[in-house]
Amino acid sequence: MIRLRLETRSHTPGWLKLVLPLLAILATLLICAGLVAMAGADVLAAYSKLLLSAVSSRFNFVETLVKAAPIAFTGLAVAVAFRAKFWNIGAEGQLLAGAMAAAFIGGRAALPGWSLVPLMLLCGMAAGAAWALLPALLKTRYRVDDVVTTLLLNFIMFYLMMALVDGPWKDPLSGYPDSPDIRVAAEFPILLGGTRLHLGVLLAFVAAPLVWFLMRRTTLGFNIRAVGENATAARYAGIRIPVVITGTAALSGALAGLAGVGEVGGIHFQVMAGLSPGYGYTGIVIATLALLNPLGVLPAAFFFAVIITGAESMSRATGVPVFLADVFQGVALISMLIAILFTQYRVRVQR
Amino acid sequence: MTEILGEILQVGFFAAILRIATPLILATIGEMFTERGGVLNLGIEGIMLLGSMAGFSAAYFSGSLWLGILAAMAVGALAALLMGFLTVTLGLSQHVSGIGTTLLCTGLAFFLYRLIFGQPSVPPNVEAFQAVPLPLVSKIPVLGPMLFNHFALVYLALLLVPAAAFVLYHTPWGLSLRAVGENPRAADGAGVSVAKMRYQALVLSGMLMGAAGAYLSMAQFNAFTFGVISGRGWVCIALVVFGQWSPWKCLAGALLFGFVDALQLRLQASGVIDIPYQFFLMLPFVLTIVAMGAVSRSATPPAALLVPFRKEER
Repeated sequence: MIRLRLETRSHTPGWLKLVLPLLAILATLLICAGLVAMAGADVLAAYSKLLLSAVSSRFNFVETLVKAAPIAFTGLAVAVAFRAKFWNIGAEGQLLAGAMAAAFIGGRAALPGWSLVPLMLLCGMAAGAAWALLPALLKTRYRVDDVVTTLLLNFIMFYLMMALVDGPWKDPLSGYPDSPDIRVAAEFPILLGGTRLHLGVLLAFVAAPLVWFLMRRTTLGFNIRAVGENATAARYAGIRIPVVITGTAALSGALAGLAGVGEVGGIHFQVMAGLSPGYGYTGIVIATLALLNPLGVLPAAFFFAVIITGAESMSRATGVPVFLADVFQGVALISMLIAILFTQYRVRVQR
Repeated sequence: MTEILGEILQVGFFAAILRIATPLILATIGEMFTERGGVLNLGIEGIMLLGSMAGFSAAYFSGSLWLGILAAMAVGALAALLMGFLTVTLGLSQHVSGIGTTLLCTGLAFFLYRLIFGQPSVPPNVEAFQAVPLPLVSKIPVLGPMLFNHFALVYLALLLVPAAAFVLYHTPWGLSLRAVGENPRAADGAGVSVAKMRYQALVLSGMLMGAAGAYLSMAQFNAFTFGVISGRGWVCIALVVFGQWSPWKCLAGALLFGFVDALQLRLQASGVIDIPYQFFLMLPFVLTIVAMGAVSRSATPPAALLVPFRKEER
């Protein structure tokens, strides 16, 4: 009789960390194929739209890169926070905080034009960090569960933004609930003429290796990982856990804030209700698929940008509801979570 | 101030508190059961949404609201089984598994609703539940309309609380569940199957969360909308902490939330305080966080909450 047995691994081979996300994505594609078929579409035709639209033209490819920028930032934000086991599910709200700060600064007439973009970046990071510090303080001072507070703060920030765009920021001409456009000088420089490839996309590409360096080669990064892996051991080693949690939260919130700054400075030039279709939550999926490695966040973010943009053209061509992209994210997160088991265990066949 | 008091001191206002608190009571009691067994079910927000969608669809096509409630409970149980497979069988992170379950259920609810109903200009609706005045007692002045003229599900939710307290504290099943949540190793040694207890609690929680979602689309409202839950599930997670994992205190938390939500709706409608209405929508969330801050220091969650149990490991 053949029996399968799970054995703990002493170490995880590097190639496995590359193969597992691919396996998880493959499993996700197989599972979601059932839904595509249920929608009455030809699975291959729908999937070729879903996966290949992004590379079907130069324009689509650049648009996919543009879409990848905010979710790369939220992915980095989550990757940093989860390393310390600070459960920041609040990247969505921190993104909005950054976006509001950027929209506010970008509209100031009194500021010199050259200062707008750097100030938007700085203030956006500060706003995102501040919004993440609140749950960190509640966790370290009052032992309030960070999952619940970060989630609830997402709703509070959303309503705050809507109160602004429905009140003091309401466009008096159109009457639409969206904020006034930022100044032209505040718009992010375009890197490639005739496209929307803006500075924020470049910043996301630069941020990933920087965050990797910070996590792997600096004391703060070491402390963050130490607290996440074994808080008790970290405390005995003299690491002040509340300080590390606070620093992690600030860093995570600042990264999520940058996602919002990029959307305002490079895409929308204002804030409104549909600013973030759940980018903060997508960041959790991306960080998990990247195994919380900041460098892995970039390909994962690009892949999900492919899915998000591809789902729209798939929906137009085949009638499969665009929400397949949302199901896809949930299935991918769960598949990857299961796949991660193989980094800790190996399957042994016994005869 | 007197104007605000005038808004509050009305029979309709107290009735509204119970109406608003009902889905929170159902889902909070469900969440309390799984957490008592040691599993945090963060799938709650998605399970409520999927239950809301499934219940509404079943009621729409069958014409029977109660069949809708049953469908919502069945779907909730299925989603909870997935949660059980991830956290109990595989022992994965309860946080990430729960978020995954919520994302999946949310996506499925949107996807299937669009598949079933398309994009009609007028959203489909059902003939929602009607209030069932209880004989005799509903005739009592003031108290009658406040307490005894409600949807059947409101009475059921209120009856659920003593039932939950009885099951948790006075039955062998409740004792086993609490043991599994406090000290799974000892419970296992005493012959209780930790996995079985956790699965049962999860399925129970899923059914209650599904029913809570269906209540929103079939009693409180008469249609399913994508924003029908909008954070109520997350509030329930907070209410369990606020309620210190005890059924009666959970009820108190749900009623308090119902009070604040009913108040903000009244104030919004009355225009007594002239600020953007979004601040009123924000109020229950702000107070939930404040309440968490007030009780969390003294709160003692079940000792084995978030800890996976592997029988073979020592």
